[in-house]
Amino acid sequence: MSGSTLAPQVGMLARRSVVRTFRQPAMIVPALLFPLLLLAINSSGLESATNLPGFPTDSYFQFALAIAFVQGALFSANSAGTNLSSDVETGFLNRLSLTPLRRVALLLGQLAGILALGMIQAVTFLAVGLVFGEGIEAGVAGAFVIIALSLVISLGFGCIGAFVALRTGSGEAVQGVFPLLFAALFLSSMALPRDLIETDWFRTVADWNPVSYMLEGIRSLVITGWDGEALALGFACAGGLAVLSLAATSAALRNRMTRA
Amino acid sequence: MLSAAIETQGLVREFKKGPRAVDGIDLRVEPGEVYGFLGPNGAGKSTTVHVLTTLLPPTSGTARVAGHDVVSEGPAVRAAIGAALQEAALDPFLTGREHMKLQTALHGMRGQEGRQRGDALLERVGLTEAADRKVRGYSGGMKRRLDLALALVHRPRILFLDEPTTGLDVQSRSALWAEVQRLASDRGVTVFLTTQYLEEADVLADRVGIIDHGRIVAEGTPDALKAEIGRPSVEAIPADPADLARTRDVLARFGETVASSPKGAAVRLSGGDAQLAEVVRAFDAQDVRVEHLQLHAPTLDDVFLAKTGRSLEGAGDAGEENQAAPADAGEAGRQLAGREA
Amino acid sequence: MSRGSFTSVALAVGWRNVHNYFTNPAMIVPGLVFPLFFFTAFAGGLSRVDSVPGFDYEAGYTAFVYGFVLLQASAFGGIFTGFSIARDFESGFSRRLLLAAPKRTAIIAGYWIAALVRAAFNVTVVTVIGLIAGLEITGGGLDLVGLYTLALIVNAAAMFFGSGIAMRLRTMQAGPAMQIPAFLLLFLSPVWVPYDLLVGWVHAAATVNPITLVLETGRGFIAGDPVKVLPAFAVALGLAALTALWARGGLRSAERAA
Repeated sequence: MSGSTLAPQVGMLARRSVVRTFRQPAMIVPALLFPLLLLAINSSGLESATNLPGFPTDSYFQFALAIAFVQGALFSANSAGTNLSSDVETGFLNRLSLTPLRRVALLLGQLAGILALGMIQAVTFLAVGLVFGEGIEAGVAGAFVIIALSLVISLGFGCIGAFVALRTGSGEAVQGVFPLLFAALFLSSMALPRDLIETDWFRTVADWNPVSYMLEGIRSLVITGWDGEALALGFACAGGLAVLSLAATSAALRNRMTRA
Repeated sequence: MLSAAIETQGLVREFKKGPRAVDGIDLRVEPGEVYGFLGPNGAGKSTTVHVLTTLLPPTSGTARVAGHDVVSEGPAVRAAIGAALQEAALDPFLTGREHMKLQTALHGMRGQEGRQRGDALLERVGLTEAADRKVRGYSGGMKRRLDLALALVHRPRILFLDEPTTGLDVQSRSALWAEVQRLASDRGVTVFLTTQYLEEADVLADRVGIIDHGRIVAEGTPDALKAEIGRPSVEAIPADPADLARTRDVLARFGETVASSPKGAAVRLSGGDAQLAEVVRAFDAQDVRVEHLQLHAPTLDDVFLAKTGRSLEGAGDAGEENQAAPADAGEAGRQLAGREA
Repeated sequence: MSRGSFTSVALAVGWRNVHNYFTNPAMIVPGLVFPLFFFTAFAGGLSRVDSVPGFDYEAGYTAFVYGFVLLQASAFGGIFTGFSIARDFESGFSRRLLLAAPKRTAIIAGYWIAALVRAAFNVTVVTVIGLIAGLEITGGGLDLVGLYTLALIVNAAAMFFGSGIAMRLRTMQAGPAMQIPAFLLLFLSPVWVPYDLLVGWVHAAATVNPITLVLETGRGFIAGDPVKVLPAFAVALGLAALTALWARGGLRSAERAA
């Protein structure tokens, strides 16, 4: 099939994915509100932690802002997975299989929904950070890099949700994975910098957990400025997750549509 | 006079911002009777059943079931009735046997008594082999049978069946009919059955109430209702499709036009069966070759048509009945496939 | 004819819910995973917080976190039972229960039994894991009775609250309406540091939050030095009574609409 056929297909499905996402306030509102709520609660509740020697900033809000972006990505996973599992359960995917639609168009279209939500989240959290916090140390350029890194993280986690949905065809399975993703967030440098984590096993897990580096990548732009190492590690972990989960999703889609 | 099994007077049920789903229904069902409530989608059948089974309060009017008022004596009504509603109301995580265990326990049957009752009912509806499988793997027919069995756990005197065979294959439907007939004849159970299928009402019901837009438009035994209409219809399909218009013209002389297959024409014979010979002569005279000529006895659809001006089939709208559609298309697919596991 | 009584209906409803809970991992996981991960993340990742000047809880940070996690497991055991109720209404299964029950409040009682069992299971698992991880409960037998009784009252209050929402909305989309208030009540309290170390608006919120009192008393039981016991029980029982009325109102609403 020619590229000219692909683009309209992608456009059509991307539009559907985006419209569908925005027609579900029950999906969008928690994806925006929960991370902000947690940010507000954490930053006030743990403000005293900034008194610990070696804490990198005297504002817990500045430290915790990065968490919102990653938490938002977890909600993306939930939203993408739920929508796709619904397509499987209702037989909509079967219907698409009977059309000349190319698989890659479906995949790219689906990603559009994930990225649309991811963009809204990133911009919202950034705006909140600017209004309530002490600004972004890396400046305007840093803000754009935060958005870019946040989108890559959203893509990575969003594709995990999509993969589970396609593999299992079940919305329940998608919901079941959500706590596991939250676990990945918790077992990281989410609440304290890694060098201040006292419990050895926890620090070891955080050292190996790619989510730590995603958080630290964003955090470095907010608190420190331009930290090449933190950014490189952040993008590498986020990008690696995105590539792996995208590949897995593509394989699951191929399998699902062949079976259909 | 013995008290009625089911009796309503001026029963009304209105929904907020909506139509009157039930618009003043008076009916009386005698003990041991099989009463068929026939009407298209959106006519008010399910709403009526929900009121009679105490699931919905009436807006006005009265309803008594098993001698008890549905509003003020709800628990007494529920103790006396069983119901298999449009949604089978089954838990996909439970097996058939576990459903029985739950239902017997809900009705106060403990231990051995509950188990025996459950096993007997499962056997009666042919689900013994599937009893230990989770219901999510059951076909539509199996779910309906389980639902019926659950409705019978506490040996109710009155049974409500709300479109019990919708979506079932022919075999499952026949099996369910046989069970309903057995209940009525062997056990004297009063059955209040709603359906949109003419044949079902014809076969099962002692009396039929035809409902349209929340009101009963006709009531009586199937034969009596059809006799009221009296006249048969004749349908003719011309050998040459180009003669369809002339076929219609010929038939139009013998009575009012009624619905027919797309390839033919039909009229209700104003003079009864005796006119059939004249119809044949008329076709000969006009040199119209007829491939197929058939005389139809009146049906309940004809009764509905006579009373409402519409045919029962296709008369429904997307009303309250459609609330009972399966929650997802996968479930609908399994029901329609009627897959026996 | 049915011989169903209040007890038979309550036990049957409770049995079914408990049975589904223990035979479906998808139902067990959320109620267990979140408290466990909070426990792990905070006790493990935030243990350095006990070095913050002014942190004076003698039983240690793990026990400090355990107090919160216990409350969380209890509360969400109740809220997730509310989810089950919403699911039953959405699927139509609730009609079966409404049809069979002579007294329909028995249905709520049945769900309450299930919520208690679920909470007891979650709390047991969290406690065992905590003990393995080095949790030290220095309170005596009576303190433990007080602690777990308080937890079960909170569980009941959460379940009644969730069921009231579920029966009014009768859809799984009611989930956030149940979770968010419970979440806010729990988290606008001294979660990570004692009340005296809270600053800003969270300090103000915790001051008026009834859960703060319950949490502080619970932590006191754990440390063997209970404080404000009577007020804490009064508040917990008061919440449970109010939410029970809320649940009853929800049942009436469901009956009107079926």
